Amino acid sequence: MTTFLRKRIVSSAIPLVVVVLGVFVLARLTGNPVDLYLPLSATPEQRAAFSAANGFDQPILVQLWDYLGQVVQLDFGESLRTGQSAGEMVLEAFPATLQLAAVTMLIAIVGAVLIGSLAAYRPNSLADRTSSFLSMTAASIPDFWFAIMGVLVFGVSLGILPTSGVVGGPEVWVLPIATLLIRPFGVLVQVVRGSMVAALSAPYVKVARSKGASEPRVVFGHALRNATMPVLTVAGDLTIGLVNGAVVVETIFGWPGIGKLMIDSILQRDFAVLQAAVLLTAVTIFVLNILIDVCYALLDARVRQAVPA
Amino acid sequence: MTATLDKPDGSKDGKKNKGVPAVASRPPRWWLLLGRDTMAAVAAVVLGLVLLTALIGPLLLGDAAVRQDLSASLRPPSFDHGITGLLGTDILGRSVLARLVEAAGTTLSVAIPAVLCSLFIGSAVGMWAGFHGGRRENIAMRVADVILSFPSLLLAVVVLYVFEPSVANIVLILAVARIPIYLRTARAEAAELKSRLFVDAARTFGTTSWATIYRHILPIALPTLLTVATLDFCFVMLTESSLSFLGIGIQPPDVSWGLMVAQGRQFLQTAWWIAVLPGVAIVITTVSATILAAWVRLATDPAQRWRLTLPKNKRGKRTPEVSA
Repeated sequence: MTTFLRKRIVSSAIPLVVVVLGVFVLARLTGNPVDLYLPLSATPEQRAAFSAANGFDQPILVQLWDYLGQVVQLDFGESLRTGQSAGEMVLEAFPATLQLAAVTMLIAIVGAVLIGSLAAYRPNSLADRTSSFLSMTAASIPDFWFAIMGVLVFGVSLGILPTSGVVGGPEVWVLPIATLLIRPFGVLVQVVRGSMVAALSAPYVKVARSKGASEPRVVFGHALRNATMPVLTVAGDLTIGLVNGAVVVETIFGWPGIGKLMIDSILQRDFAVLQAAVLLTAVTIFVLNILIDVCYALLDARVRQAVPA
Repeated sequence: MTATLDKPDGSKDGKKNKGVPAVASRPPRWWLLLGRDTMAAVAAVVLGLVLLTALIGPLLLGDAAVRQDLSASLRPPSFDHGITGLLGTDILGRSVLARLVEAAGTTLSVAIPAVLCSLFIGSAVGMWAGFHGGRRENIAMRVADVILSFPSLLLAVVVLYVFEPSVANIVLILAVARIPIYLRTARAEAAELKSRLFVDAARTFGTTSWATIYRHILPIALPTLLTVATLDFCFVMLTESSLSFLGIGIQPPDVSWGLMVAQGRQFLQTAWWIAVLPGVAIVITTVSATILAAWVRLATDPAQRWRLTLPKNKRGKRTPEVSA
């Protein structure tokens, strides 16, 4: 188990490093922050002083080396916009996104397992075809449009839900979560249904039935456990993809999370904040991948043995 | 499509269809299979209409998409103003219908090249990696992991700020972001096929590796790859409209469905049709593509295709899983 984990950590760390380096270089290519932060009337001396103060006059390799040196000491630089520490800004924004994502995935997985299993229990029944059509539609709706429709119907016309912000009771959560939820939920229902149909026609299900196990036990105890693997893979990919949704949702609903912070810092050429935000996202995805691999190994003994020591 | 399928599938199909005398041993033509599945047929017709609209619509409507008429500003949908006024007008008095047609062309001219590029490159590299195995496979899969482990929208945002957001750049970034999907699928197929007897035979005769991949591996992997591509068409369309919505995709004066939603957002309370209708267009197109993808998956899988050849009312009862 330890060998398995060590191998997975090493192989998952390579993308992490590449992403951090890539964003550093790409961010430098997006344009010179000196032009954005100093007035047009600034003298060349002022420009040079601003560059030197923030290290932009150094060759890119030197900048990269300095940056890596600072990251190791957990110093992510300062925001050009506010002068605040980039690390602090990112850590402040992170919980808002994390809460949003965690609640969304929890609802999506539980709901999809229930509805997908129900659909798979009687393939081609009315319930199956209805849920298939609805889940396909859910997976195909553009999230930003769904959010706007939510605002139009529940915010503007009915006036029962707030259209933006995080201040207030549980009702501020409804629209952002519904928007984030719709795509993962639609995809997961289809995946659960597919793998449950296969699992329910397997011989071990017949055995379980013939020894007198109750139907809920057959479906959730025997079939579901074996149908979990593809669901886990897709749920992992969808969680990574949730960052896409978070950018859109946080922009529309004014949710002070990491997606909004990233878009804002790109627009403002705020390199330090962008890099810190991307680094944190990449680390989160890295941890998530490790967790998924551990789940695989816990669920399926073959995975543990497949990796030679 | 069917031509490449005939050979590998023929025998299996015959066996599966033992109890169904109506089906000949050779697989039925694909349009007959499509006719059997009402939902998929409707989806295919809708997609065809969207394509046709994008191709000939702008010719019929002329400059209606850009013609401004401030006296007709924010006119709601009605039958009173001819075909261009059917779906209302925006703040500048431009016809929403004409703009929707124009945007269909832009949206498809991003989505189709992006899907074709990633399908071609991803499949070629994936089959090459899976066929050779070893170090080449490892490197290709690591690259795929790197691309996949980064949220595609964020990648697009960063890259589109470096280079200007033109149609070509959007196609490029969407293609790169989706290559790993095909790469993984193609690699898995090729890795499984490379130890088959007919591939060994080809190798023994001294066939070059690319010829073996093209002649012996591609025909078997193609149905799976096409299914993935149909499904991916949806994803690419949605990403393009998200980018345009966020203001870093298609730029005015060009128009895409996502951009139209963004432009209509500020008039949500006064003129709902500007933001609602482009979204409906996106949903109709993507849902059709998803339904068609589900059908392609069934129709290209020899073990499942028989379901489509059954008379409709019996289909449910013939399905083995229902025995419970």
